[in-house]
Amino acid sequence: MISREEFKTIAGKGIWKQNSSIAQILGLCPLLAVTTNAVNGVMLSLATILVMAISNLAVSALRNFIPHEIRIPVFILIVAALVTVVDLLFNANLHELYLVLGIFIPLIVTNCIVLARVEAFAAKNPPLQSTFDGIFMGVGMLWTLALLGAMRELIGAGTLFGGIDMVFPSLHPIQLLPESYPNFLLAMLPPGAFILLGCMIAWKNWMDARAAERAKLKPPAPVAMAGSH
Amino acid sequence: MSSAREFSATGMAARTAGILFVFVIIFTALLSAAYLWTKPAIEASATEEKMKLIDEVLPRNAYDNALLDDTISLPATPELGLSDVSTLYRARLAGQPTAVVFEAVAPDGYSGKIRLVLAIRADGQVSGVRVIQHRETPGLGDYVEVKKDKNKARPWITQFQNMSLAAVTDKDWKLKKDGGRIDYYAGATVTPRAVSKAVFKAVKWAEANRKQLFSSEGAAK
Repeated sequence: MISREEFKTIAGKGIWKQNSSIAQILGLCPLLAVTTNAVNGVMLSLATILVMAISNLAVSALRNFIPHEIRIPVFILIVAALVTVVDLLFNANLHELYLVLGIFIPLIVTNCIVLARVEAFAAKNPPLQSTFDGIFMGVGMLWTLALLGAMRELIGAGTLFGGIDMVFPSLHPIQLLPESYPNFLLAMLPPGAFILLGCMIAWKNWMDARAAERAKLKPPAPVAMAGSH
Repeated sequence: MSSAREFSATGMAARTAGILFVFVIIFTALLSAAYLWTKPAIEASATEEKMKLIDEVLPRNAYDNALLDDTISLPATPELGLSDVSTLYRARLAGQPTAVVFEAVAPDGYSGKIRLVLAIRADGQVSGVRVIQHRETPGLGDYVEVKKDKNKARPWITQFQNMSLAAVTDKDWKLKKDGGRIDYYAGATVTPRAVSKAVFKAVKWAEANRKQLFSSEGAAK
């Protein structure tokens, strides 16, 4: 089972401390490709959450049977097979959604964050913890990609939630800036994604530095020697 | 779980290979099962989409026959970029051939093949073109797909409508940038160029084969 503390640590690491996109800086290929709007980013992240939860669970459950020397090929085999299965299931049962995600589900395979979590976490931890780790790493990716996508489309095209009508046909993208807004193509292109991602990483580092500063200013707690065992 | 028995180097290698083999078998079986299980649903949605697409390139009032049953099986046709057997649908109004609907592939998209569906009327005019499948850059080259085109009033792909070899000179079947008359959006020219070229080739192919395509034989099936 999983303790409350453990769950909190896993969630905190996935969402903020070890955020895949702005702390580990992993999985940049799909990040650049899909975050032309927030909806695509969210959709890819949802698919990634699913794949990471399943592959972490599978690897964790099988971890005692996988010899150390061949762990990487076996991990790749498991992740690739599961991504393909998810791809097929999406295509068969959620076809509309599949049309939106198109190439992006197979792209998950190139997302090294999946293999990274399998290797760094699932191979050493029990199934439940590993599944949560997969989910929260995905959630961390979700908000990052959603924010990045929203910034890119706002700066690039002046809209928000472009493509939402593909997911929910009754909804429409919001035109935030006037129609006459001259589209800023750079934000839509991969360099724009790099520049904005750089800003987000800087923002995270600034927040962390500020938090550290505050912690230093506080008088030390009576038992300050935690972790020295 | 390892036994106390000592393994030799070859023994260890054989054991590891055996484990890997078992994993491969299990996950290949999983993949095959998923493939076979999802195949009917994937094929059904593909057919449904085809009918939806035909509606986009050819209005329902242009024919009164059972379009999906009145077909010609096309062999691999390099002129259309097709490397596989495909199906051509014949539209008739009161038995008279009015149009053909078929697929073509633009092999030279920015990231691979762009699959198109075209309808060409008996008078040689393009009734409509749509992109079925592509992997062009989102937000850049993907405007060849109507849904992704920001110009909702007159999407890019609709400019092929009513073009024909008789009305448009060979030179004009090109992007404006290449000296022709076809518009494109700044930022991505590879994609529209590939589509334009494929449409031009398809129109020429239909003209060259018009006798077979628009024959009134086999009307009542």
